[in-house]
Amino acid sequence: MTQKFDNLPDETGHFGRFGGNFASETLFHCLEELKSAYQKLKNDPEFQQQFNKDLAEFVGRPSPLYFAERLTHEQQGAQIWLKREDLNHTGAHKINNTVGQILLAKSMGKKRIIAETGAGQHGVATATVAARMGLECIVYMGSVDIERQAINVFRMKLLGADVRAVDSGSKTLKDALNEAMRDWVAHVDDTFYIIGTVAGPAPYPAMVRDFNSVIGQEVRKQSIAQIGRFPDALVACVGGGSNAMGLFYPFIQDKEVLMYGVEAGGKGLETGQHAASINAGKVGVLHGNRTYVMSDDAGQVTETHSISAGLDYPGVGPEHAYLNDIGRAKYVTVNDDEALAAFHTLTRKEGIMPALESAHAIAYGLQLAKTMSPDKHIVINLSGRGDKDVHTVAEIEGVSV
Amino acid sequence: MTLLSDTFKRLHAKKALIPFITAGYPTPQLTVPMMHCLVENGADVIELGMPFSDPMADGPVIQKASEAAIKQGVDLRKTLTMVAEFRETNEHTPVVLMGYLNPVESMGYEVFIKDAAKAGVNAVLLVDSPPEESAELQNQLRKHHLQQIFLVAPTTSHARQQLICQQAAGFIYYVALKGVTGSADLNPETVNSHIQQLKQLSELPIVVGFGVKDASSAVAVAAEADGVVIGSALIKTLEGSQDAQETLQKVADFMCPIRNALDSL
Repeated sequence: MTQKFDNLPDETGHFGRFGGNFASETLFHCLEELKSAYQKLKNDPEFQQQFNKDLAEFVGRPSPLYFAERLTHEQQGAQIWLKREDLNHTGAHKINNTVGQILLAKSMGKKRIIAETGAGQHGVATATVAARMGLECIVYMGSVDIERQAINVFRMKLLGADVRAVDSGSKTLKDALNEAMRDWVAHVDDTFYIIGTVAGPAPYPAMVRDFNSVIGQEVRKQSIAQIGRFPDALVACVGGGSNAMGLFYPFIQDKEVLMYGVEAGGKGLETGQHAASINAGKVGVLHGNRTYVMSDDAGQVTETHSISAGLDYPGVGPEHAYLNDIGRAKYVTVNDDEALAAFHTLTRKEGIMPALESAHAIAYGLQLAKTMSPDKHIVINLSGRGDKDVHTVAEIEGVSV
Repeated sequence: MTLLSDTFKRLHAKKALIPFITAGYPTPQLTVPMMHCLVENGADVIELGMPFSDPMADGPVIQKASEAAIKQGVDLRKTLTMVAEFRETNEHTPVVLMGYLNPVESMGYEVFIKDAAKAGVNAVLLVDSPPEESAELQNQLRKHHLQQIFLVAPTTSHARQQLICQQAAGFIYYVALKGVTGSADLNPETVNSHIQQLKQLSELPIVVGFGVKDASSAVAVAAEADGVVIGSALIKTLEGSQDAQETLQKVADFMCPIRNALDSL
């Protein structure tokens, strides 16, 4: 994590024209406090040691790099490898970041943890580390999402978190984030806000990326050991984009490694019902940073749609916006039906049920593999497991569980 | 001289009363009549909220007003039209637009500032555009002689206070509490001592807002300040009203006791 793979963001939190610190004045003090605490701890060997120990013993890292033999055989193209973040404790990459941020919270002496969640994965990951540290935890969640994700809501409650319904706006993730910000403004002295993705005001985008970059660092080592060299392409789904940044960041300087971020195409870009901020949004300011935002002609943030609640977000991490602009990573879209088909393919061919978010990456990875020769290697980030989505899949397919 | 500085100069020792209303709430038709009514009942400056879908710094009252206004089709352009209409018969009351950056970015800084100046806007307060991120905005504002109002919070460090005071124009808006608009728990003693400190750094008038809700809270925080902003409490009294006469009466009833209390200071 201390290793730097690029010089961004700059001192003021900008990735080119993106990122920055578009926060309300009351928050500046705690953002500055957070930034300096993080700068200090980032290079502190003791903190690093504790973080790595927690990742190994609590999260279960390193997660394997798995060769998907039957998928590869079926595509008759590039060799397909899966980075198994689904095997982490709590079932997704989200825990990497919460393990890091809770250590930071603890060292800053904060007593109260707040978080926002959409699908509930980040909420569960936050409630988990808060329970382990014995800290009070409040999770804001849109009331629409609470209904869609009843099981995760109950998991958070079992872990001792206070799940608060958000009834403003579209009652989904973006509104939960607004509400968490409001809570933070009102409780700045004792509260630590664990943001779950590579968005928000500086230092969050870089900090969340750093905590997740263990994914890409492991892939560097594992690919050398298992393939004999770095992969030719990386594929990851992008909502806010934390799993993708975690995989991409350690490879940014390795220009021969291509990177593909997969946005949620929903019902198709032409329908307007999607969550593809980079592909179909415009530059704006949301949740404290400048990035691509899905908004209407008047600049009102629009409601997004994706079969996967975790990708259902109208913004995207500013570093992705930057990587898109400079052409270092390519951002594509996969629609609901393609993701659903990939969910089934992976389940049936490899015995691995992916989260619907990760199924977007699988769908694109399969398409990409076909266009590449068998001497090439692709790593797809399998960012989470699909247990949480079984009800959604059953409902779509008219099966009562 | 600008209309804002003229206004504060004219007020002299008198405290400025600055009501905040959301453009388009409770209905778009009522906004301009309400602005006039506010002036008739003692408003010295009007803060007009530009409705935004994600008002991070606002409490539930202003959030709801924003949502209702957006539902009725009110956007930045309509807001500017309202200001222009208000200006047809009022040239002396400064209008400050308050809102968030995304709608402004969407319209483009240049177009927005040019059209705002043309409509008769005097200043803008963009909650999520701090001094560090406002260089381009300030260029455009200067070109059209508009001013940018900045917030200073109870948590703002001394170094940031200096930075803000260097860039601020019009007046400085002191946020009275740690929280969103319309919160409870005002502590007038803290507010007054912070304002005394701020006065060492800037010659600009300082007004207090967030959590001021009636005559007594206005008087309590106005001891050191040059004026008070009242938003959520005013908007709350308008909830559910549709009838023009009834709404304007509510506005008048709300404003009068506060004006009188401030004048008796």
